[in-house]
Amino acid sequence: MADTIPSPIDGALTAPARRGVRSRRGPLALVLRTVVVLYLFFLVAWPVSLVVQRAFAPTGGQPGGIGPLWERLTDPAAVYAFYLTLTVSFWAVVINTIFGVGISLLLVRHRFPGRRVLSVLIDLPMSVSPVVVGLALVLTYSTSLGIFGDVLQTTGLRIINSTPGLIMATAFVSLPLVIREVIPVLEEVGEDAETAARSLGANGWQTFWRITLPMIKWAVVYGVVLSAARAIGEYGAVRIVSRGAEFNGETATLLIQNEYGAFNEAAAYAAAFVLVVLAVLALVVVTVLRPQESHRS
Amino acid sequence: MSIEISNVNKYFGDFAALTDIDLTIPTGQLTALLGPSGGGKSTLLRVIAGLEEADSGTVTIEGADATALPVQKRNVGFVFQHYAAFKHLSVRRNIAFGLEIRKRPRAEIDAKVEELLELVHLTAWAERKPAQLSGGQRQRMALARALAIEPSVLLLDEPFGALDAKVRKELRDWLRRLHDEVHVTTVFVTHDQEEALEVADQIVVINEGRIEQVGTPDDLYDRPASEFVLGFLGPVTRLGGDLIRPHDIEISRYEQAATATGPITRWTRVGFEVRLEITPDDVLHPDPVQVALTRTEARALDLHLGDQVWLRPAVGAQTVTT
Repeated sequence: MADTIPSPIDGALTAPARRGVRSRRGPLALVLRTVVVLYLFFLVAWPVSLVVQRAFAPTGGQPGGIGPLWERLTDPAAVYAFYLTLTVSFWAVVINTIFGVGISLLLVRHRFPGRRVLSVLIDLPMSVSPVVVGLALVLTYSTSLGIFGDVLQTTGLRIINSTPGLIMATAFVSLPLVIREVIPVLEEVGEDAETAARSLGANGWQTFWRITLPMIKWAVVYGVVLSAARAIGEYGAVRIVSRGAEFNGETATLLIQNEYGAFNEAAAYAAAFVLVVLAVLALVVVTVLRPQESHRS
Repeated sequence: MSIEISNVNKYFGDFAALTDIDLTIPTGQLTALLGPSGGGKSTLLRVIAGLEEADSGTVTIEGADATALPVQKRNVGFVFQHYAAFKHLSVRRNIAFGLEIRKRPRAEIDAKVEELLELVHLTAWAERKPAQLSGGQRQRMALARALAIEPSVLLLDEPFGALDAKVRKELRDWLRRLHDEVHVTTVFVTHDQEEALEVADQIVVINEGRIEQVGTPDDLYDRPASEFVLGFLGPVTRLGGDLIRPHDIEISRYEQAATATGPITRWTRVGFEVRLEITPDDVLHPDPVQVALTRTEARALDLHLGDQVWLRPAVGAQTVTT
């Protein structure tokens, strides 16, 4: 009844709300907006901006400015760390994209026993702490502790304390990101176009490349950007599976922690600044893609 | 004979979707699979296309056993209710798809696509994306796309089901004319008896996974093999002990030799048609009888709600005694 008969009391607030769009005016909206802005400012914007500011400021007796910042970033240890981070992230993203699209297709287009279990398992990396992920990988693949230890020892293939371990840990924690982007789009576009392609003579591979992939393209790109951002910033799982020493498995995040712990704050802020820039870049890419995606569908 | 289906059975779990289907679909004709939703007609079409595998039985297309062939090897054109357009490709590329997959020379593809665009009246829209087309245009594009591969059979699954009434009517007239031009063996699924009667050369009535009757539209309408077919092809009512179509009843305000008599208890006007319900005085057959007549006839007979009327089958009317 309240829906149909507007009363003088609730009319002002409920009338726009009923249409599903909140009024941009009114005291409550103003309060809500202020709270959200303050919350984001104190929790996110201010601390992050301080990192940026510190990266350019004189710290711990070292000079500030762009020149010294560049010097700290081109230090061989820092270059090694960024190079390692990019290598690890690249392979982790490649692996997750290929398997992510494959698993999404399997989950959406096929019915098989254990499908729901698989669907739940895919979310596991999101809910398990990355540190635990690291420990689990060590228990499985280290030469001393791992159950494959003896085999790995004899083949001489090192996973833990080496780049493959870093890639595995990073791939593990960013596993669901591509899948969770692609699955809803696959479900939405349905199977008809693919069936039509097959009826026109296309085999499975042709159907995938010519029809399925173009339809889910933006979801994949979006998932890749999210995965890359997550992979570059990964710390916990990497901490466990890597030695984390200079020129020896020290990724950018580990570099920040190590330098900060060694009272070399200037180097830590410099590296942190680069990570902030990368994160902002990822956000910009996503923001640019988003409207395109909604425009297309 | 173009398509031979023999002894096909199909189960979904415990549900028998198709039971002992034997059917011959003649070459070059337009055949309608008509029946209620969930009756198995779409499943039969998908079995012919190779999109569903029958649990038993065989499908032969143009003399070759196609039972084990996957859909991409059957050379069938399939048109879906919801168009199944390739949204990221232009109309031209949509139509060219099957030919590109077959790696035909570019010049041949271009010529064929141009010809088909002409045929489905979409030449002006060739560079548009499907999202920029209306429903009717999209379905014509889907038809052209299916025809491009020169299929041995064209299969349409409720092709006009998603369109509004006016476009649906236009498109089925157009399909009829297109078929007269192209002559490809065509099978289409519909639950709309009017559509089937108007467009098809042959109608196959399917209910609960079984074929009820196969015949020309006139055969089915005039000589229904079962009460189900009679009822499905148009409205029926019971006059005395017989089933009869409401417009085959003669109605009069004056006493005459009649099968039933009673007052007009309901009056519904639908456009040019007037639908009446007469509740007979006969205690043996007290169920209301439906009578349909044109507005002009009703006016000429001076009928009004509540009038006492006398009913009998019109001369030449076909009835089914049950």
